Formats: sequence, structure tokens, C-alpha cells
Amino acid sequence: MHGTFIDVEVSGAAASDPELARKLEEVCPVDIFAAAGGTVEIARENLDECVLCELCVEAAPRGTVVVRKLYDGTRLER
Amino acid sequence: MSVLLHEDFTFIVQGITGREAVNLTRECLDFGSAIVGGVTPGRKGREVHGVPVFDTVEQVVEHHGSAPDGAVVTVPPAFTKDAVLEAIENGIGLIVVVTERIPRADVAQMVELANERGARIIGPNCLGVIVPGVAKMGGIGGPARDAAKAYAPGPVGVMSRSGGMTTEISSTLTAAGLGVSTAVSIGGDAIIGSTYAELMPLFDADEQTEAIVIYTEPGGRMEAELVDWRERAGSELPIVAFMAGRFMDDEEMQGMSFGHAGTIVEGKEDSATEKIARLEAAGIPVVERIDEIPAAVKQKLGAAA
Amino acid sequence: MRFYEYESRRIVERAGIPVTDYGFATTAAEAGQAAERIGGPTVIKSQVLTGGRMKAGGVRFADSPEQAEADAAEILELEIGGHVPVGVLVDPKAEIEQEYYAAVLWDGRAKRPMMLFSDMGGIDIEQVAAEHPDHVGRGHLSNLHPIADFEAKQAVARCGMTGSALNRASAVLARLARLQRDYDMTLAEINPLARLADGSFVALDAHMEMEDEAVGRHKPMLHEIGVDLDEPRELYEPSEFERNVKAIDAADHRGVIQGKDHGFHGDLGLVIGAGGGSLTLTDAVRSQGGRPANYAEIGGNPSVAKSKGLAIEVLRKDGVEKIAVMMSIVSNTRVDIVARGVIKACLELGKDPAETIAIFRIPGAWEEEGYRILDRYGVEYCDRSVSMWEAAGRAVARVQGDRTGSQ
Ligand code: SF4
Repeated sequence: MHGTFIDVEVSGAAASDPELARKLEEVCPVDIFAAAGGTVEIARENLDECVLCELCVEAAPRGTVVVRKLYDGTRLER
Repeated sequence: MSVLLHEDFTFIVQGITGREAVNLTRECLDFGSAIVGGVTPGRKGREVHGVPVFDTVEQVVEHHGSAPDGAVVTVPPAFTKDAVLEAIENGIGLIVVVTERIPRADVAQMVELANERGARIIGPNCLGVIVPGVAKMGGIGGPARDAAKAYAPGPVGVMSRSGGMTTEISSTLTAAGLGVSTAVSIGGDAIIGSTYAELMPLFDADEQTEAIVIYTEPGGRMEAELVDWRERAGSELPIVAFMAGRFMDDEEMQGMSFGHAGTIVEGKEDSATEKIARLEAAGIPVVERIDEIPAAVKQKLGAAA
Repeated sequence: MRFYEYESRRIVERAGIPVTDYGFATTAAEAGQAAERIGGPTVIKSQVLTGGRMKAGGVRFADSPEQAEADAAEILELEIGGHVPVGVLVDPKAEIEQEYYAAVLWDGRAKRPMMLFSDMGGIDIEQVAAEHPDHVGRGHLSNLHPIADFEAKQAVARCGMTGSALNRASAVLARLARLQRDYDMTLAEINPLARLADGSFVALDAHMEMEDEAVGRHKPMLHEIGVDLDEPRELYEPSEFERNVKAIDAADHRGVIQGKDHGFHGDLGLVIGAGGGSLTLTDAVRSQGGRPANYAEIGGNPSVAKSKGLAIEVLRKDGVEKIAVMMSIVSNTRVDIVARGVIKACLELGKDPAETIAIFRIPGAWEEEGYRILDRYGVEYCDRSVSMWEAAGRAVARVQGDRTGSQ
């Protein structure tokens, strides 16, 4: 499940952390994350709106959120 | 030297907590501008990129110890007039109004009060003023790094009715090794605080400025005013003009509106063709392409030397 | 915002300026009833937002209510310059002693409203000003101070009037000046203003235009006179392209896109940016033999979806195979976001971005990121070292190459 230009991955355990889900929903300026029933849900239709601000990467524990740029293979991560 | 801004120029941002204003504050600080305070009613005590926020302009003046030199106003259209009147009545001398879609009557009121109090308004619907290497007041040129790329110090003053084209023209001058003394995005509305003719005396008196480039569009009578001023003042500061929107003179485009509110053509008096003829008759060459500007300026500078 | 004659009449009336005992009717029967009530000969006038009514047969004189009804039936069916009338105005045929002209409008140079008054009304004021300048009185108004009666009187007196006519006309002009200020009119005009046999003045025809930016603060008044704020009131009927772009813009608050195609019939789609940049680029395309399919303005950092929406609408236009994506150096709008939008548009329409995008010339914010996206899809692009003129020329050459290639 990815957009044309951007993919966002939240790794296993972090994806079901309700606190993190709420935080991600709050920081992302283009509504890519939704806190649905305690788990992180990714709004696929919004992925290509990602502005590469890295706020999600900063808000999450090291290594749990990765933003991949599908057009050049690089990643935003921590 | 330069016009409007200088090394020690201080200003405030009214509406500083708004999204665009926060960006603009960051950009200006990074470029070296001295922002001494911000105003958003009800938000006193906060900070925006280290700039203290107050409820009223009066409070900033008190905090600063005297009236700052300028104010950037970026508040919603319905509150803009009041914010500008507040700045003027608190002794601020240069007010850049970024907000667009302000009714003409509000603009005319601000301008009339500014005239009575000896203040100057730039805009509305503009990106502000930049003095390369010194300071910028408003979003002009964007983030500091980008602004530095497009604007190098030099001898050419730029005035433009289009904010974006101010940077395109300045970048072209910079790339050609000429550079810019001061660039002013004057705004695209039908009534603005400072027209070409009203800013010319400043550029004319400035030692750094050796030539002027203006960007203009159909609509309004500002070019006629510029030509009249030049004759009256006997100014010999060379001017080169670029006119956009020539296509609007086409039969099929009559009665349509394009671009800024001020480009609504109100009859032949204001057409592109008419303006070009008027400017050229006054010895102001009107180039057809932005990339022809540097050569036209160099030719004028060569002739003056 | 432009007003129908009957609305202007109501606005003037509300401001305390005498008008005739007119009636507004949307059916022929109503028109007949209005004529009956008025009594005597009447004038039936088509209510359309365009000039040239007289020539087109949209104004008729009726001697009886029956004739008024018959005339109204025909006028209501008559399209004038593509406009269907919203109704007819039924006016008494007044016994006029003299016609005058009164107006208040903006003087952009002085940055103040200006009053105009002439004792030669009913004809084109520009002609009067040119041929009989001493019959046109003028006067500027302050934006800050209350409008005083004497200011209107001075303007009227300057066209050479005196006697009781001066006093009565001054009262009308003063009210018109206050109306212009109170309701943000860019033009408040009464032509003709008539003096009747009993010496009284009435506005026979009024023309009002309200500044669009100020419409929001005059909703109560507009509501009161029955203006439908959802009616577009454009100078021409918007095209499908124009309507679609407007809808895309309204659906998303991020950034602004505008599109027009009235008067454009070319094959090169334009996805171009900002007021000044758009004007400059349209000139550059046309001057180099290109034929734009549309005009567009992108600004304020629109979302990917919005840029995509504009590009799709442009590409859907008949005869458009390629688009040129160009702007002056951007500092707010992001290069990478626009690149994503236009490429997505191509992909969604099953087109190859490399073939479809004739040129991409947007230097500025996030350009390196944008160029990486364009590289990935093989789209031809250029940076700020290539002028707007050259970029436009390259787009034109690519479209012309297609045209000759396919022949
Ligand atoms: S980088 Fe920013 S825009 Fe992109 S997903 Fe993370 S928070 Fe959202």
C-alpha cells in the first residue's frame, strides 16, 4: 500500500501503540496518519501530499517510522 | 546605501502567530532583519522564533523603548485596516501590508491617514521590501538562503506590481553581474500605498541606485503618473520597463480580467499598447523579455557614464 | 459585483434618492398589472447584465396595460448578447424638463472617490467631458472625514448650475456620495437624473457596481433588495473547464488555482503560475508562435491534489496533447509538490509524463527535490538559468514538432 511518490511505514509494535497513533495524527500536517481504535492507520490517498517535514519521524521512537521517497529510493528516518 | 530599509532598521510583525507570518518571521530573522516584537491580540507572552508577542502595538513600543521603524501587517482582510491604523497612530513610519483582497475604501483610508501622519504604506497584496545583504521586510525572495541566491547587492532598484516577478527580475540582474540596490514589491491592487512615482524620489536620492527596472501590467494609470513625475522632477535616473499581459489587447480578450484585481482593463487608456507607447515616448525602453533587461540596463548605464 | 437595473433602482431608493413609480416583473401578466397600477404610457425594459438593450429590441414603449403585457412577453423571450433576461422593469414614461448626469467613482491616482455632475445628462459622459468640459463639475472626497453637503453643492455649482435646481441636485449627489462610500461601490451612477415639470428630481436610470472584495460585508443590504448571491454574474457564461477548475479550487483550501479558456483556442495546455508570471508566460508563448489552450494561475503553495486537478482539466481539453508547466521563481509554492501533481495527472489519464509535459520550468523552493522527481519520469525541465521566454519557446517547439510530425 503506497502512493505514487511516497510510502510511509510504521514498524510492527509501534503501529499498535495508541499513544503514538494519537501523536502521529496530531503532527502530520497533511493527515497521513489516523489513530483508529488505538492503532496507526495510514491514509493511502494522502500519501502523495507528504511535505517531507519529518515531524512524524521526530515524534516516533528511533527507527519506527520511515518515510520512503519512491522516486529516488531515499528515506527519511532516524 | 539603499532605500526604505537600512542596517539598523527595526520592525514588528502584526498577526505574527498566523501560519504565513511565522514563516515570514523566520525568513526575515535568518536574512538579518531586526524584528523587535510581534502583535496578535490575546496572545501576549508568547514567542515566535524568539520574538516576543504582545496584544497591542502600544505594548511593543513600550517594550522597545520607542516606536520601531516599521511594521509588516499580515492579518485577515477584515482586520487589516484597523491593524494599519494602529501602527500609524503608534508612530510607525513604514508599513508593509501583505494581506490581499482588502476593499479599496479600506486601503484609501489607510493611505489618507498615513499621508496625514507622515507614514508610508507599501502594498497591500505585496511581498515587501528587500535590501540585498542587509535586511528584508516581508516574504520577498522566500527563505534567507533562496533570497540570497536571487538578490545580490548592486546598482539597480526594482519596483514590481507582481511579487513573484520581483524575484525573477532580480535574479536575472544578479545572474548578469549587476545586482540590486533595493527591490520593492509594490502590490497589484487598484489602489496601493506607494506607486512607482511615489517611490522614485527615494531611489533618485539614493547614491547606490544607478538605474531602475519596473515590472508592469495592464490596468491603472501608474505609468502615466511615473512619466509625469519624471518630467516634473527633471529626474535623469535611467528606467527600463517590462510589460506583461500584452495578449490582453487582443480582440478576443476584451472585457476579461486576468492576474491581479488591478489588471481589469477599463478601456483603451489602460491597454498594454498604450502604456508601452507612453513609456517609450518618455525615453523609458520597454523590453519584451525578462532576459533582455540586463542588456537594456547596461546600455543605459553605459550611456549615463 | 454588477447589478441589474431594477436592483440599482432599489439601492438608490434605499439611499433616499427619488425614483419613478416603477415595477419589476418576471412574467408578462405581472408586467401588465404593474402598467395598470402606474397608469398611462409605460416603458418596458429587459433586465440583463449587458449593454445594447435598446438596439437589440429590449426596450419598448407601451400605451396601455395590454400592450405592456404583450411587449413584456416578447422581451422576456429575447436573449441579448447571450443573456436571458431575469425580468422586465416597467417604468412610467416621465414628462422630463431636463436630463442631468451624476456619478461617484474611484480616482485611482488621487486614491479618493470623485464626484461628477453634469447638466447635460442622458448622453455619454465622456463625450460631454470632451466637448463641453465646462459642463462637467468634479469634486474629490476624503476617505476619512464625513461627507459634507457643501462638497456636493460645490461639484454641482462647478458645472454652472444655480437656482433651486442647484439645491435639489446637490441633495441627490450628496446621497449618492454617501451611498458609494457606505456600500463600497466602484461605480455609483445616475444617468439620466431627470428634472420633472414640478421641479423635482428623479433617477431615471442607475448603474451600480460593488467591489467584489466588499460583498461579504454588505450581505444584509443585498439580501434586503433580493440579490441572489449564488448567481455568478460573469461577463460571459463560464465554460465547463472554468467551472471545473473553480470547483477543484473551492474543494481544498491549500493554495489557489484559477483557470480560464474564454478566448483561447490553442493546443498547448498551460499550467502556469502566479499573476505576473502567468501574464508573462502567456505573452512569451504567443509571441513565439504558440497557441495556448487556456490561461491559468497557480499560487500560494497548492496541494498535490490541486495541481493534479488543474493539469487534468487542461489535458482533457479538446486538441490538447501537451502541457507546459512554468512559473517565475517561486518562494512559497513548492517545486516538488507541483511536479508530483502534474506527473500524477499524466499517469491517471494513462499518458506518459515525458511525452505529455512539454517543459517544466519552475525554479525556487525545493527545486532539487522536484528535479529528482522529474528525472525519475524523464520529464524535460530547466532551472532559473533558462529564462521564462526560452522555456516557453522550447514548449512551443515541442508542440510544433508534434504537429509537423503527424502530418
Ligand atoms: S514527513 Fe511530515 S508530511 Fe510526511 S508523513 Fe511525516 S509528518 Fe506527514
